[in-house]
Amino acid sequence: MAPGVSPTAEPRWLRRLLIGAAALLLGLFLLLPLAAVFTEALRRGWAPAWQALSEPDAVAAVRLTLLVAAIAVPVNMAGGVAAAWCIAKFRFPGRSLLLALIELPFSVSPVISGLVWVLLFGAQGWFGPWLQAHDVQIVFAVPGLMLATLFVTFPFVARTLIPLMQDQGRGAEEAAATLGASGWQTFRRVTLPDIRWALLSGVLLCNARAMGEFGAVSVVSGHIRGETNTMPLHVEILYNEYQFVAAFAVAALLALLALVTLAAKTLLERGTRRGLPA
Amino acid sequence: MPRRCDAVPGFGFSLSVTLLWLGGLVLLPLLALLLRPAELGPAGLWHSVTEPRVLAALRLSFGAALAASALNLPLGLLVAWVLVRYRFPGRGLLDAAVDLPFALPTAVAGLALTALYAPNGWIGAPLAALGLKVAYTPLGVGLAMLFVGLPFVVRSVEPVLRDLPREAEEAAATLGATRAQALWRVVLPALAPALLAGFAMASARAIGEYGSVIFIAGNMPMVSEIAPLLIVTRLEQFDYAGAAAVGLAMLALSFLMLLALNLARRLWRPA
Repeated sequence: MAPGVSPTAEPRWLRRLLIGAAALLLGLFLLLPLAAVFTEALRRGWAPAWQALSEPDAVAAVRLTLLVAAIAVPVNMAGGVAAAWCIAKFRFPGRSLLLALIELPFSVSPVISGLVWVLLFGAQGWFGPWLQAHDVQIVFAVPGLMLATLFVTFPFVARTLIPLMQDQGRGAEEAAATLGASGWQTFRRVTLPDIRWALLSGVLLCNARAMGEFGAVSVVSGHIRGETNTMPLHVEILYNEYQFVAAFAVAALLALLALVTLAAKTLLERGTRRGLPA
Repeated sequence: MPRRCDAVPGFGFSLSVTLLWLGGLVLLPLLALLLRPAELGPAGLWHSVTEPRVLAALRLSFGAALAASALNLPLGLLVAWVLVRYRFPGRGLLDAAVDLPFALPTAVAGLALTALYAPNGWIGAPLAALGLKVAYTPLGVGLAMLFVGLPFVVRSVEPVLRDLPREAEEAAATLGATRAQALWRVVLPALAPALLAGFAMASARAIGEYGSVIFIAGNMPMVSEIAPLLIVTRLEQFDYAGAAAVGLAMLALSFLMLLALNLARRLWRPA
């Protein structure tokens, strides 16, 4: 062994080889697909790409995607905060079972996440006949898209908050309560400032998944152009119609969303690590 | 049970909200998945999930997912190792890139992988010249699963590797172990539980994966048709119970797999 080389470090050539291999792997395997999306979208220049994004069906898809996320994200944020509060601040029987059930949607196939709603509210679903009699449509309509999205984005906020709130313990909340703060005051003034960055990060991930979800919404959508097509479903329809430039243009917009999410998440993590008001 | 005069307020309220949220959005729908296949009766259910086409789809979904996750173990370990142990220009970018499969919508990933690995794609063309066809074959299914699974292994191994005390490696070196021996006998066993956990998460994700797979798979029945696609097909034929039966079979098999992996992890610990 060369003098001056630490016994627990790899020789420089090996270190360079490993770094090179990792960079090559991530570059070829993760970044190249991203590059391919933008290249394919702009294959014939900016005009056709822009046209694909501004035609009425695409605009309707963007609007629907935003609407679905605007419902799913706040609901799962509220539920996630409530779940994190009772799981992290209290001990009670069934607590670990509750935690496992909250994380369950992550290990269920997106297609099954859509299927379960069809089984409940589809034409031959449990509540199908009743819904038909009362002229309410859930599956193959916007409410179905929302339910499917709620299911797949269910754990994000709770999962980000629970470990953090558990680490923070309950001393601050006990002190606040002893000093006479109400429950809501304690949450807003004491707990929330401590968890806001983690909450934001959980909401970002939840939102990215809500806007990008494909499998679950595909099952409940019915694929009615301009009505029940979210952006990812619009991408599929265009692709199947061989409108490749248009498909990749909409896909590029979704990829941009992913990039913005990643950048924001990285910044948030760096900020909290540097001791920004956590 | 929290004491009645608990200082921290809100237990009853937050638990009620949580149970309502969980019950309505997750448990009730999953109950339908558990009960609907019962309509077929035991014999009908068995027949429905043992059709050759279903068995082929399940075999592909689980086989490709396990193979891809196994391949992700060395790849993820390499990436985690480089990110934790070395400092080099561009490290931040690589670190952020690892999460890309998490953030990228699956349909976008599917389109992109298909464009790259199709016989006329940037990577597909040279591979085709070598006689290797990736897109529209089971190999493409595995590739898409490799893509979605990689971050699970990296992110599972990273924190454990970061907290691993260097002293153990130093002690091994002092006792005359070569670097390779120290890594194989000291570092790798310490990382094994995290690797197993990453493998389990990557497999669970890959088994159910839909969006990134169906574009590149070609979706030929008996050859490159994954189980989730079969659920969609049965739903389109209004065969709700049949679709639910495939879904239930997938969940049951995944559950058994996760259970086995969990047992393996527990057995590992005392060693």
